[in-house]
Amino acid sequence: MSQPRTLFQKIWDDHEIKDFGNGYSLLHVDRDIMHDLLGSLVFEPLDKRGMKMPNPELHFATMDHGIETETGRTDETKIAGGKAGVQGLRRKCKEYGITMFDLGDERQGICHVFTPEQGIALPGSTLICGDSHTSTIGGLGLLAWGAGLTEIEHVLATQTIVAQKPKTMRINFEGKTAPGVTAKDMILYTIGQLGAKAGNGYVVEYAGEAVRALPVEARLTMANMSIEMAARYGMIAADDTTFDYLKGRPYAPKGEMWDKAVEYWRTLPTDDGAVFDREETIDATKIVPMITWGTSPQDVIGVDGHVPDPAKAGDADKKAYLERALAYTGLTPGAAIEDTPIDVAFIGSCTNARISDLRAAANILKGRKVADGIQAWCVPGSGLVKKEAEAEGIDKVFKEAGFEWREPGCSMCVSLGGDKFKQGGRAISSTNRNFENRQGVGVRTHLASPEMVAAAAVTGKVTDIRKLAS
Amino acid sequence: MNESFTTLTGTAVPLLRNNIDTDAILPSRFLTRINETGKDGFGGFLFGDWRFEKDEKTPKPDFVLNAPYYKDAKILLARDNFGCGSSREHAVWALKGYGIRCVIAPSFGEIFFNNCFKNMVLPLVLDEASIEAIAAQIAEGQREVSIDLEAQTVTAPDGTTFTFDIDGARKETLLKGLDAIGVTLEGWDEIKAWQDADRAKRPWNYLD
Ligand code: SF4
Repeated sequence: MSQPRTLFQKIWDDHEIKDFGNGYSLLHVDRDIMHDLLGSLVFEPLDKRGMKMPNPELHFATMDHGIETETGRTDETKIAGGKAGVQGLRRKCKEYGITMFDLGDERQGICHVFTPEQGIALPGSTLICGDSHTSTIGGLGLLAWGAGLTEIEHVLATQTIVAQKPKTMRINFEGKTAPGVTAKDMILYTIGQLGAKAGNGYVVEYAGEAVRALPVEARLTMANMSIEMAARYGMIAADDTTFDYLKGRPYAPKGEMWDKAVEYWRTLPTDDGAVFDREETIDATKIVPMITWGTSPQDVIGVDGHVPDPAKAGDADKKAYLERALAYTGLTPGAAIEDTPIDVAFIGSCTNARISDLRAAANILKGRKVADGIQAWCVPGSGLVKKEAEAEGIDKVFKEAGFEWREPGCSMCVSLGGDKFKQGGRAISSTNRNFENRQGVGVRTHLASPEMVAAAAVTGKVTDIRKLAS
Repeated sequence: MNESFTTLTGTAVPLLRNNIDTDAILPSRFLTRINETGKDGFGGFLFGDWRFEKDEKTPKPDFVLNAPYYKDAKILLARDNFGCGSSREHAVWALKGYGIRCVIAPSFGEIFFNNCFKNMVLPLVLDEASIEAIAAQIAEGQREVSIDLEAQTVTAPDGTTFTFDIDGARKETLLKGLDAIGVTLEGWDEIKAWQDADRAKRPWNYLD
């Protein structure tokens, strides 16, 4: 009998062309996703060699990072060099025969949103993209990770990547989550428990009852924030939920090929008795709606919790850490986080801007109005998400409540484009990073689920979704 | 593309701080400049926020790199965890674009460390005491430091020599100026054979 293997190990073994023996291997890359920040530059080594790409059909591109999200947008960007990136990538994709979901194409969107949506990412495959949140796509049961520009050059020319084998970690969620608790709360809670460095050097597999119960879009949200735990890869084994989601999508296999694929995919989940380098358990019944209070995703508490008090910190390092974070976010030590007034509410990003996120937020917004003076934005994750939402009338709910309804892109997740929040404002955001200045100079970001963002938008302050819903 | 790294002699500049992150090395607002400047054009933005006033042009007189005698620095001395933070490879390009081909520090951020080798920059690990010793000589006006990668030595301005460790494969990459794409393409037949076999096993993964 062969050794029991983990999901990760099976995918790694099935893609390893050569083991260099020093912890590094040459892996086949099944899919590569490119975006406007790469521009034409990433094609330079191909140009210099005058060579063709071996497999252009395995590469896809879109515009998402530097572009504007206002209606009527063009190639112009407010950020220097953005337009050159957009046009350079477009030119090169044409030249090399790469499929591009360009501005104006309804399939255009945030790279990690359109990839599952189009069925481009398949269970058991390898996928890279030049953005660290590529781990998102691991929610479909594949190995997906963020690569650097030099690595992408290598993939374009050779369809392979030299990768260092990570250690394996499994996080088991025991029990069921309570009503009002989302995948965003599950992952924020986990990062809070384990810390922002816990996943350094690891591939993380999320497992257990509460994970299995999640629909695919929620699994993508979980895997998305693996990198906030410093793990380059996050994955959730594919199952019937995954197959139902993928079936019939444009780039997913069809007919007999589909059946063959499913048969193979069913062999991939971690075997009983497979050994992980590290195992962690999370009690899913303890999770409540979460919100961050500081400047790292690990600085997170339940919405019914209190801001930590540096005076009560155990040691000097901890005290200094808390003081620094609170100096930036300007919260009162020991105070309840609930009812903290906010200035900005943002729903968007590859973490939480899929149709299910928009539906959930719209449920809260229906018949309600955004509180006075609040800047509220919704940026759908892709053109298709936007179209679907509009067909359901969700755009009207957002607009009638007082939200701006924008064009798809990364927008305020990364604030590279012209999109800006008011300086020093307090934002509640469905994104993934609450670092200093991430969403604009001095902007204080509180990460939460889209439902919590919608709730805060209408009350004008941090609100426990469980109270508002009832 | 095929440049290598064998020996390096030049001015060393001390920037003795812990945890200098990639955002300090190259602030994020410069990232999209890549399509104007190429990888080689980031030198002017190196340590952007520390080096320049808000207008992004006027040098801040108290920042070490703005002292005239450090203008042509080729080596940077730092403290622990240099290059930590976000994974941007642009940080390495900014150093290299400026002319810095070697950073000497007691430890480095992992991704930054890897990115250095891809760009023929040497991240050289030396213990803190040795770095302090070199920095002390620099402070007295002797600023020339030499590195011999083959011999794995750093020679301080006063001639004192320190040895350093480096992984064999990485050393080879730098010494030979190995171009990763070229190396992989030499084994293209093997990749092609692997793909053909895989195509039979997982045909749905190939979209042609
Ligand atoms: S939405 Fe944010 S995290 Fe996601 S791909 Fe865009 S910039 Fe990266």
